[in-house]
Amino acid sequence: MSEPRRILIDPLVDNNPVTLQVLGICSALAVTTSLLPALLMCLALTSVAAMSGAAISSIRSRIPTNIRIIVQMTIIASFVIVVDQLLKAFAFETSKQLSVFVGLIITNCIILGRAEAFAMKNSVGLSFIDGLGNGLGYSAVLIIVAVTRELFGAGTLLGYEILPLTGDGGWYEANGLMLLPPSAFFIIGLLIWAIRALRPRQVERPEYQIHEVHRTEVV
Amino acid sequence: MEAYVNLFIRAAFVENLALTFFLGMCTFLAISKRIETAIGLGIAVIAVQSITVPVNYLIFRYLLKDGALAWAGLADVDLSFLGLVCYIGVIAALVQILEMTLDRFFPALYNALGIFLPLITVNCAILGGTLFMVERQYDLAQSTVFGLGSGFGWALALVALAGIREKLRYSDVPDGLQGLGITFIIVGLMSLGFMAFSGIQL
Repeated sequence: MSEPRRILIDPLVDNNPVTLQVLGICSALAVTTSLLPALLMCLALTSVAAMSGAAISSIRSRIPTNIRIIVQMTIIASFVIVVDQLLKAFAFETSKQLSVFVGLIITNCIILGRAEAFAMKNSVGLSFIDGLGNGLGYSAVLIIVAVTRELFGAGTLLGYEILPLTGDGGWYEANGLMLLPPSAFFIIGLLIWAIRALRPRQVERPEYQIHEVHRTEVV
Repeated sequence: MEAYVNLFIRAAFVENLALTFFLGMCTFLAISKRIETAIGLGIAVIAVQSITVPVNYLIFRYLLKDGALAWAGLADVDLSFLGLVCYIGVIAALVQILEMTLDRFFPALYNALGIFLPLITVNCAILGGTLFMVERQYDLAQSTVFGLGSGFGWALALVALAGIREKLRYSDVPDGLQGLGITFIIVGLMSLGFMAFSGIQL
């Protein structure tokens, strides 16, 4: 696989920022009660990640090392402000639902993490692709969680009815827990379990070994 | 007075930043392996949070808000779009000051917190607290109480999770759930527990 393509594909499952590196969880959980805000959030984060990666990479040799975090934060914050103002202008209702979480893209560890780990060392084009890839990896998790929560919590997707609710004469009894915060934790926990069942390489070593052999090694 | 106690309880328990708004999750999951470090980080977050929220309130009220610059003769200037940059700058500066103070006076705590002290800058709970303060239009006293309460609630959740994870070390967890996976499930259960607080009003 060619280098740019690998950088783009790798963060989707094998090196997913949310499930493997535990970055950017906050917003992944908070905006997923329904699909529309989640999609908007994905779009916002992916564009900020790609743009800030490219911008930071383009001035990487001019940033003094000891103030680099402040410089990176300022660049990221500027892009977030642009995205925030655009959302307020063109999608005001949904941006109200996202409330503080658009602003919190600034402190999303995925963006700063990629800026620090990748954009400071690589060319503009590659950094852009890397930001795009990580944004998409984040979006994949977000969309899976949001679809599960909206579908089983309210019986709808993007507001269209999929499972007719008992309240409206249908057959599906909505699971109210899905719309509450705890369900987001459970879904991501189970998602991590599923990914690690498929990719045993990602399994963490226990701190204290109960069985002599790790179960994955037996299989 | 009662209103402030109520606000404190709301910020700390009912609307716990970590368990209901998912803020500061990255640090929350990474630093909850040992109780001692969790307590240290918790104290640092309470300190940073209860300083930054009122300071950012003052900046918002007297520099950024629509018409806030009236005292400088610029009555129709609205700088609120600059909010994000200003808040994050204040937070970064305060964390830096806290880091230097700890290094000078509490070297043990400074070493225990290590890399995670600078990471408080990118802890969404801190910026989130400020943004909630702006969104909910608190005044100075309210934002002080809110900063203290939300920092306290976050620290409480962190220490509780660290306690559970220390016990969990000797339990037999399925391979794929090991580490991160089971932590998420526990936080989910804790979040269910904290939902019992909802509806409490003084």
